[in-house]
Amino acid sequence: MAELPILSIEEVTKNFAFQGSTVTALASADLTIRKGEFICLIGPSGCGKSTLLRMIAGFETATEGRLKMWDKPVSGPGPERGMVFQDYGLFPWLTVSQNIGFGPAARGAGKAEVAKTADRFTAMVGLDRFRDAYPHQLSGGMKQRVAIARVLANDAEVVLMDEPFGALDAMTRENLQAELLEIWAANKLTVLFVTHAIEEAILLADRIVVMSPGPGRIVSDETVPLARPRDPTSPEFNALRRRFSGMLGSHH
Amino acid sequence: MTTLTGRAASARQAVLAILVPLAGLLAWHLVTSGRPYSLIPPPAEVAVQLWDLAFGGVWEDAFSATLLTHILASLVRVYGGFALAALVALPLGMLIGRVRVVRELLDPFLQILRPVPVTAWLPLSMIVFGLGPRSAFFLVFLGAFFPILLNTIFGVRNVEPRLFEAAQMLGVSRQALFWKVVLPASLPSIFTGLRLGLGFAWVVIVVGEMTGVQTGLGAIIMEARQLSRTDIVIAGMIVIGVLGFLSDRIVQLIGQHLLRWSPQHG
Repeated sequence: MAELPILSIEEVTKNFAFQGSTVTALASADLTIRKGEFICLIGPSGCGKSTLLRMIAGFETATEGRLKMWDKPVSGPGPERGMVFQDYGLFPWLTVSQNIGFGPAARGAGKAEVAKTADRFTAMVGLDRFRDAYPHQLSGGMKQRVAIARVLANDAEVVLMDEPFGALDAMTRENLQAELLEIWAANKLTVLFVTHAIEEAILLADRIVVMSPGPGRIVSDETVPLARPRDPTSPEFNALRRRFSGMLGSHH
Repeated sequence: MTTLTGRAASARQAVLAILVPLAGLLAWHLVTSGRPYSLIPPPAEVAVQLWDLAFGGVWEDAFSATLLTHILASLVRVYGGFALAALVALPLGMLIGRVRVVRELLDPFLQILRPVPVTAWLPLSMIVFGLGPRSAFFLVFLGAFFPILLNTIFGVRNVEPRLFEAAQMLGVSRQALFWKVVLPASLPSIFTGLRLGLGFAWVVIVVGEMTGVQTGLGAIIMEARQLSRTDIVIAGMIVIGVLGFLSDRIVQLIGQHLLRWSPQHG
């Protein structure tokens, strides 16, 4: 314990009231995340991975246990924990560059500073040509680039991603995965990435946290021992895929 | 698009749009002209009357060159009543849509008032506001009020919940959510309400001006009816139709500009 973890989740339980009875979405989860780590949460639906992410984002509160960032309890959503949703959640009335500048503007940055920040991050995700386009004019992949850029433009230290590439076609997904890894490395981000695609998790993660339903819980947490960049066709990659696949299959 | 295909498409649109009115005009002409005792005047006579109503110089009677006065009187009532309706209905709709207590307090009452036709208010409105323009103004207000109110409520209540989460995680405080998210997100609905409200205002103005009002397009139609001047009645109808259409087009153009971002409007 040399360094303070950026996020610590201690014995967190989340119960929902559902039709008069209590359902446990997540039971006594423990997870420690250090700055700069890329963590994938993987598991079948109902395993509580999205619930855990939404609690870290501050959209939900834990029934029991503690969630802390830099040792301070998480209370509600905040710009230091940016979220990227599967359905984008862009503001349809704002252009690409206004969406990207939304966070700094909402937090009271000056006009010139907002414009400069928006320009920088619009360029980072390669959307200069579309800076004045509205969301409904963009493809899914472009929308998700905007969603990532607006979180980074807002100085998010932790980026929470809830199946962000799940609605995209295979080619776009591969491109965005590669871009995300570049951005992650260049900006020393901490990423929590929820997915149900095993290959995606092995490709992206430093650590893969496997979860299981009924009640939702963490069943394994292990480091991916492959050097980057990773080759999905290598025998080592395949061996990992087989192992995680077996692990997930046995918990269905 | 200022390409040839764009221009050809709009020319085609204009031709198609004018076809049915032309056919109607022709049928009207064939049925009415050349008959000495037709109760309905032929289009040519109505056109002459419309000219006289606007500029005078043909009949030189009490109606000659009075059109502008009547139009102005009706415009003031339509836009005045509409503006007042918007002024009350917009904030009220936002409160009903976003504040639960206000909704529980007012919604049932408004739901009972809503099905009552505006014209059914006429007798009551004449008692309260007296015979005359104030009563017409009130009816216009009422006619525009409900479409604006209901669409505003719908708009502010149906903001995608995801947008609240997105705004909050980007640092928008709870108090600022209304201005940063609710208002812009509900603008398309609010706009639809305003457009419908203005349309209703034009419908209601004629009814409102039909009793005890000296000026206005409704008044002129009513007076002409009593004098069996059917040509003036029809001329008045045409003027109302054109004004209502122009008024709607202006609102639509404003909407297209303000709501460029919305796939349904832009």
